[in-house]
Amino acid sequence: MTEKLVIIGNGMAPGRMLEHLLDAAPGRYEVTIFNAEPRVNYDRIMLSPVLSGEKDYEQIIIHGDGWYIKNGITLYKGHKVTAIDRVAKTVTSEHGVAAPYDKLVIATGSVPLILPVPGNELPGVLSYRDLDDVKAMLLAAQSRAKAVVIGGGLLGLEAAAGLQARDMDVTVLHLMPTLMERQLDPVAGYMLQRELEGRGIQIITKAQTKAILGTRYVEGVALEDGRVIEARLVVMAAGIRPNAWIGREAGLAVNRGILVDDTMRTSDPDIIALGECAEVGGHVYGLVAPLYEMARVAAAHLTGDASARFIHNDTPTKLKVTGIDLFSLGDFADGDDREEIVLRDAAAGVYKRLVLKENRIIGTVLYGETADGAWFNDLRKRQADISDLRDTLIFGQAYQGGAPLDPMAAVAALPDDAEICGCNGVCKGKIVSTIAAKGLTSLDDVRAHTKASASCGSCTGLVEQVMKLTLGDAYNPAAVQPMCACTPLGHDDVRRLIKAKSLKTIHAVMQELEWKTSCGCAKCRPALNYYLVCDWPGEYADDYQSRFINERAHANIQKDGTYSVVPRMWGGVTSAKELRAIADVVDKFAIPTVKVTGGQRIDMLGIKKEDLPAVWSDLGKAGFVSGHAYAKGLRTVKTCVGTDWCRFGTQDSTGLGIRIEKFMWGSWTPAKVKMAVSGCPRNCAEATCKDVGVVCVDSGYEIHFAGAAGLDIKGTEVLGLVKTEDEALEVIVALVQMYREQARYLERIYKWTKRVGVEEIRRQVLDDAERRRAFYERFVYSQKFAQVDPWSERVSGLHKHEFRPLDAVGMAQAAE
Amino acid sequence: MSWIAIGALADIPQRGARCIETPEGRFAVFRTGDDRVFAIDDRCPHKGGPLSQGIVHGASVTCPLHNWVISLETGRAEGADVGCVRTLPVKVEEGRLYVDFSARAEQAA
Repeated sequence: MTEKLVIIGNGMAPGRMLEHLLDAAPGRYEVTIFNAEPRVNYDRIMLSPVLSGEKDYEQIIIHGDGWYIKNGITLYKGHKVTAIDRVAKTVTSEHGVAAPYDKLVIATGSVPLILPVPGNELPGVLSYRDLDDVKAMLLAAQSRAKAVVIGGGLLGLEAAAGLQARDMDVTVLHLMPTLMERQLDPVAGYMLQRELEGRGIQIITKAQTKAILGTRYVEGVALEDGRVIEARLVVMAAGIRPNAWIGREAGLAVNRGILVDDTMRTSDPDIIALGECAEVGGHVYGLVAPLYEMARVAAAHLTGDASARFIHNDTPTKLKVTGIDLFSLGDFADGDDREEIVLRDAAAGVYKRLVLKENRIIGTVLYGETADGAWFNDLRKRQADISDLRDTLIFGQAYQGGAPLDPMAAVAALPDDAEICGCNGVCKGKIVSTIAAKGLTSLDDVRAHTKASASCGSCTGLVEQVMKLTLGDAYNPAAVQPMCACTPLGHDDVRRLIKAKSLKTIHAVMQELEWKTSCGCAKCRPALNYYLVCDWPGEYADDYQSRFINERAHANIQKDGTYSVVPRMWGGVTSAKELRAIADVVDKFAIPTVKVTGGQRIDMLGIKKEDLPAVWSDLGKAGFVSGHAYAKGLRTVKTCVGTDWCRFGTQDSTGLGIRIEKFMWGSWTPAKVKMAVSGCPRNCAEATCKDVGVVCVDSGYEIHFAGAAGLDIKGTEVLGLVKTEDEALEVIVALVQMYREQARYLERIYKWTKRVGVEEIRRQVLDDAERRRAFYERFVYSQKFAQVDPWSERVSGLHKHEFRPLDAVGMAQAAE
Repeated sequence: MSWIAIGALADIPQRGARCIETPEGRFAVFRTGDDRVFAIDDRCPHKGGPLSQGIVHGASVTCPLHNWVISLETGRAEGADVGCVRTLPVKVEEGRLYVDFSARAEQAA
């Protein structure tokens, strides 16, 4: 008979425990989970990257809904457990759901310390524990107002950096004289403070909070010394304490946390506690590595392995703020029986300190250069006698034994039991043997099977080196194709970092992301220019010299250096007046070829560059604007005559096409975007091979996308059916905006779709109304700056130099 | 040497180019991001593309037609491509640009 296992809490520790349990004894327990948070298990370590914008919530989910269903687990989301009846062996949630148990796991985590000062309950005062806190902070950050973070520890500084990345003006208040004093010595704390101040975060140390000010909403923070700091958002990150009240209510032994022995058992043999709510051997824990260790031990005992024991181990600390490398481990207090080795390089921002006792490492602080953290940790764990290495120890592993080793050799030299992933306690041998046993070839595989680098990700480089050692040439980390020879970063990384680090000029991107060339190349510059145009509408000044000639001259260059000109004809509809104007221009400038294009436009070919402004001037007088036939942008919306004329037409396809084109013209996109609207399924406008197409039907508008009819031929995918024109427009605009924000430069919609998946796109722009609206609004905002006719600007004299030769040198002069 | 004035440095945008018409054909005068100036044939050795219309990066230009990269310093194609265009001496004095055809004239003579 299956036993009933009930779990209170759905954080990372019980999630990990379940994975072990399902591995070792699938089907042994019928599992029910009560989660006070209304969601699945996600990676809380990654909340900081979500706050700073480097990741989405979707990217940090550990177990999606499907995982619970697949494993037959009942998950009550948003159910807080209010009572445990140890006699009847049941738990009851606040919504009245009761569940009987044979074994009960308490994993209620921790609660933030809220300073007992006046005003601490004002709206605008938040803690930093879960996704709801992050969402609230993001909402507050939209105001670009002032924020105060109370607490200069790990959590507080990550919150501060995240809010600052969201353009808030942030002040950190820290009670102690230096930041992160529990993990860093004063020197490293000072360096960290300087770095953060350099980024524009104000830091006040020795700051004792007296009160939070405000009447209806928080307005500021008052310090004991009389200073008042203005703030519309206050984040309390002054520490956490175990959330143990339910254990206390149930009559379990509780000290700081719920007391457990080294098998994770509480004072009731049928109840286990693990995670931040548990206290074992006098310790409570907040870092993930020991919590995962608890999960392993608990799962072992639940599956009948009585030998597993939890052993206390110091865990290295790392700060997850992009661009700050910091590693701290063990005991680094001064003492008579201790010695230290220190390396400082102020100019390079490097500080390394090893604390030794009887020739063994007991503590390490690394700032600015942390690659050797794993090696120092390994020496410490093995209690290795370092007397022989002492002279060169501080330089790191690469400098041991004469000539510097390359980093690969350093990893090769690590013993099998050297820890690679601190969060998940994965050693080198485990990674190597799993790669061999399961035939793994990608980083994602290794993450899935070993958990190495699956939590905070800071050991990713090491894991990749282990993979390279094990797989040799079979491992190709360059699955990420670099943008160009100027950088090792791929397009996606560059796009992410532009947002995360608020990089708003090409120069800033190249500087911050360490471009290898002084001003890029013809591949990366147009891409960066597009990314910046897309990401910072209204703020970024278009870099004209980083555009291809067609977008600089606003015409299409031809093989002989002349240009072609295509005026916009909305929806492909024209008139006698327009045609007459075109005929006059053709005569006046002796334009050799006039041709009708595939997108229902008229193309005039063979125009000399010097004539372009005059051609545009004449066309402009007839009401024409640029047709953007040269742009990585919206090209044409092709239409059929729809209900106006056609006996089969079901909707006003011409009208909708013109409406879409008028709404979207001028927008820049990663690659060209061609659209079409057909009035019935006979599809005369050929909408089913376009980047975006609409096929009108009796019941509404079928929205298609990701077609191609060029190098590749591909019919479209159907995104969905909507009932009204307004809805159709909103969905199409949201789709294009998602493409603008997420695709790589020069990647057509069909290629982007193939990469991210039709389902994902449908989920973001069709199923999720809120997200769709947000995409739509961002597009509308950026159009404010994009819908300017480039031809009339140039007729008025913009970039005059582009269209005129610098000088003409006569024969006599040249012969002199 | 005989220097002929052709305009001002400020007439050319940084990382840009403009053309001069000469009896020997059209030359492109380039100004790099660090304000160095070069003059080379406005004809790519590949298919005659107008180099003046390309993207300028470092001391190179990428041809707008088929992406050959030409060194402004030597006139030679970079990378795997083989080809060369004529270069013309050019100098900047007090913000004015001058080119010199004398070497070309000698060659022609």
